[in-house]
Amino acid sequence: MADHSHSHDDHPPFNHPAPIPLLIGVFLALVFLTILTLVTSDIELAQFAFPIAMVIATAKAALVCAFFMHMFWDKSFNVLFFLSSLLFVTLFIGMTLLDTGQYQDDIDSFPREPEATPVVAEQ
Amino acid sequence: MAVVDTDNILEEEHHHHEPFIAHHFDDAEQQFDSGKLGIWLFLVTEILFFSGLFVAYTLYRIHHPEIFEQAHHFLDKRLGALNTIVLLFSSLTMALGVHAAQNGDNKKCGLYVLITMVCAAMFLGVKAIEYSHKWDLGIFVRSEFSYHPHTAEPFHVSPYLIKLSVIPVLLLVGFIAASFFARASSKVALSKFMGGLAITVGGYFVGVLIGMTFMALTAENEHAQLESPSQAPLVLRALTLDDDKHDDGHADADGDAHADGDHSHADGEDHAHGDSHAKSPDLGRDVGIFFSIYYCMTGLHAIHIIAGIVALAWIYWRCLVVHWRPDYFGPVDYVGLYWHLVDLIWIYLFPLLYLID
Amino acid sequence: MASAEIRNKIFDTPETNYLNHTRGWKSWAFTLDHKRIGVMYLIGVTIALFLAGAFALVLRWHLFWFEGGFLSNEMYNQMFTLHGAIMVFSFIIPSVPAALGNFVLPMMIGAKDVAFPRMNLMSFYLWIAGTCCLAAAILSGYGLDTGWTFYTPYSIETSTGVIFATFGAFILGFSSIFTGLNFLVTVNTMRAPGQSWFKLPLFLWSLYATSIIQILATPVLGITLLMLIAERTMHIGIFDPKYGGDPVLFQHFFWFYSHPAVYIMILPAMGVISELISVYSQKRIFGYSFIAFSSVAIALLGFLVWGHHMFTSGQSPMVTLIFSAITFTVAIPSAVKVFNWLATLYKGSILLNTPMCYALSFIFLFGIGGLTGLFLGALSTDIHLHDTYFVVAHFHFVMVGGTLTALLGGLFHWWPKMFGRMYNDMLGRISCFLVFAGFNLTFFPQFVMGSRGMPRRYASYDPEFQIFHQWSTFGASILGFGILMSFGVLLYAAFYGKRCGANPFKAASLEWQSSSPPDFHNFIHKPILHDPYDFDSQVYDKDLDTYIPRELADPKTVPPRREPVHH
Ligand SMILES: [Cu+2]
Repeated sequence: MADHSHSHDDHPPFNHPAPIPLLIGVFLALVFLTILTLVTSDIELAQFAFPIAMVIATAKAALVCAFFMHMFWDKSFNVLFFLSSLLFVTLFIGMTLLDTGQYQDDIDSFPREPEATPVVAEQ
Repeated sequence: MAVVDTDNILEEEHHHHEPFIAHHFDDAEQQFDSGKLGIWLFLVTEILFFSGLFVAYTLYRIHHPEIFEQAHHFLDKRLGALNTIVLLFSSLTMALGVHAAQNGDNKKCGLYVLITMVCAAMFLGVKAIEYSHKWDLGIFVRSEFSYHPHTAEPFHVSPYLIKLSVIPVLLLVGFIAASFFARASSKVALSKFMGGLAITVGGYFVGVLIGMTFMALTAENEHAQLESPSQAPLVLRALTLDDDKHDDGHADADGDAHADGDHSHADGEDHAHGDSHAKSPDLGRDVGIFFSIYYCMTGLHAIHIIAGIVALAWIYWRCLVVHWRPDYFGPVDYVGLYWHLVDLIWIYLFPLLYLID
Repeated sequence: MASAEIRNKIFDTPETNYLNHTRGWKSWAFTLDHKRIGVMYLIGVTIALFLAGAFALVLRWHLFWFEGGFLSNEMYNQMFTLHGAIMVFSFIIPSVPAALGNFVLPMMIGAKDVAFPRMNLMSFYLWIAGTCCLAAAILSGYGLDTGWTFYTPYSIETSTGVIFATFGAFILGFSSIFTGLNFLVTVNTMRAPGQSWFKLPLFLWSLYATSIIQILATPVLGITLLMLIAERTMHIGIFDPKYGGDPVLFQHFFWFYSHPAVYIMILPAMGVISELISVYSQKRIFGYSFIAFSSVAIALLGFLVWGHHMFTSGQSPMVTLIFSAITFTVAIPSAVKVFNWLATLYKGSILLNTPMCYALSFIFLFGIGGLTGLFLGALSTDIHLHDTYFVVAHFHFVMVGGTLTALLGGLFHWWPKMFGRMYNDMLGRISCFLVFAGFNLTFFPQFVMGSRGMPRRYASYDPEFQIFHQWSTFGASILGFGILMSFGVLLYAAFYGKRCGANPFKAASLEWQSSSPPDFHNFIHKPILHDPYDFDSQVYDKDLDTYIPRELADPKTVPPRREPVHH
């Protein structure tokens, strides 16, 4: 174990280096997706703009997770735990969202500070 | 029960251990697996830590889309995209650094980790340009929000940028000096380490320069926008006007277009049926809520970048003293995972904050 | 079969153990040993308990008279806030996991330490720092009067030391996360060879479930408190309606953590009870896998019910309905546990010593605490009971009658292991009786006055409630004395108690195979794995005057197995 030869043979079972061409390929794909999301944000897509941006972001996130973060080779327990955190975030956002919509008017009509300057038409 | 070998039941006095295995672990694999699960769990806590801000973002975006429509005019998506690419590249070099450590190549690992650190500092440099430009314009959190466009000059060094750069300048001088001292007392690794840190801080200034160049290129455009306020977003007009009333007649705002939007409020009519842009007389200042969220999110993210640089510096140091080997590379992997998470969060922050239409 | 020499070496009280193998304050302050950290945590949480308990007694005596006693209204507000904040953040949350769990968890899986010993020590120092920040809120002269919940917008406006206190709670959150993360990894990767998940003592299942909550929920508390600090210092307009923020949103944030946190407080206690009931009935725990999975079910369901704290906060009717419905489902896994404990007692050979007395008190008190929760989870009754003493009594039955009772029971159970000395059982049982009687006398009247409309957090009240308050105050004094006495009994035993052997209670989980007190490395032998509830696996050894695994016992004296071995 003590020798410092770098052959792949002495890699212990928990050591799986990711192939370098794959890593570079993933990076290029990420750059491409970034440019894509910039381009789509310039096009008038109305209500689809946001979902498209999120889909692209999620694709990028998936690439980073799978290859840069070695999830592809990792123990499924680790992956499961990590991904289940997203479930809890969804729950947090979902339940809160379900509620807060119903009392927005009360918040909007609450007196603000500093008092808004009344806007006058005349200059 | 399985048969117990009672003759050899006592633990041997001297448990043979590799020096890198902590005494309470049986072997390298158990140590690695523990660390790996530990860092994944830590990343889970990070995601839930950020989740609060994502909840705030989602709620305000859904309940007040008009605020977000107004606010995005203040964000330069080119700077955001630049920073995205910088972070993605740093993620690549981090992954390559882990690869090198997995093969026990400390030299390569050190180089890749150093590039990662420089990219991280560059990201902060660009961020400093973005922040200081906003502060110049009076774009703060909700309670301090006051847009005053007349300070937006095409080429000028913001006093906020100078304040933000004080610490990096001190660090740069300190690291360079420390590197020379270490070399003088022939501590090679320490000298290299300090030199690496100096290069890292240098990355911040590269980021600042690139950011300033971008700003200079876009300044023409922005200036033109302010010259003809009818083109400017409603909130700009509202606040510019607000400003004008206080210090007589600055930039000549186009009153008509804007009066139509807001007149109904002065008369106290029902807001809900108004035009969505004119939902509330506070619209101008409520844009500040977007920036509250913006500063919380990007600020917390920047703190994570700084923490990442510290962690990476630790890895870099251990590269210099040749710690990593094929059966012991865990810490590089763990810090790498953390770094990728910081990248992951930015991957979402970029479209959420910069690409709103 | 091992020789007498090996037996003595393994099980006899050793000359050097984790307490004395190194000396001096530095050997404690910088120790990475989970046992020492556990003991230091125990000392810490006990101090927090007495501090916050003293506040409680001051409050109770103030309320002895309907017009209020010796506190000004402002002082009263600060008192109950600090009582709550210190009890929740500095005492209950770390009590069972960080003190008892730290000591016992690695030994239960035959490990030398937790996975990350430095992080463990860090957790303890963060606990100290956080508790000091909370205490600084008092010492700074500002106090704190928001209640432990820090509700906005009041917490933004009050002139008291909210920033100190929230920062303290923020740090305590990280302390809690570190403990949870450490335990979860340790149980996952460091179990003894052959120790499958279903050979884990149930205490570990409950600590594991607790850790999941600590990891998933506590970060949300962290960001909530940071945002509150930002709101207070910079007015970012997220929680403050004056700047366009949403004050109810703060409650969502806060309870997303703080309801699951209720299970951080009670789940470890339930784990302790599972151990005690089984050991002192000398009977295999009934429904092992049901108890194990009910812990996980409680942990996960606990994330779905936070809105039941907000029924009257302006929460929308639909969400209120959903949260109310899910709240009832939490009762199912909780009841599963109670029924299994009762079934374990059935036909067991029950030993009514101090830990068992505490365990039985727990079942009774937690039963009442849990069942009264149903009234509060039901919408129609909650509208009436919300913010009354009924709520106060309910959660004290769960937190004090539950967690504190289990902590005391667990301490009496593992004390001989921790210090190698036995306490006076009769005095222990008397302390248990005082705690039980005092507790009921304190909080039962509160149910009555709560249901009659006595609101919580009031410094003075209508004369018709005075008699209930007076009973309650008497009870609190007895309760305080009982707790003091139990700690006195334990403390005396730690120094002057009779020496005891490795396994005086004939328990079968692995920690009892170390000497008492344990060696620095926990075990000097490879512990022999049994089912943790197979008590027949332990046999009495006359020379050592303690129970040891039958594999190591003298073959001439080993009695035959009473029941067939389960695999
Ligand atoms: Cu609750």
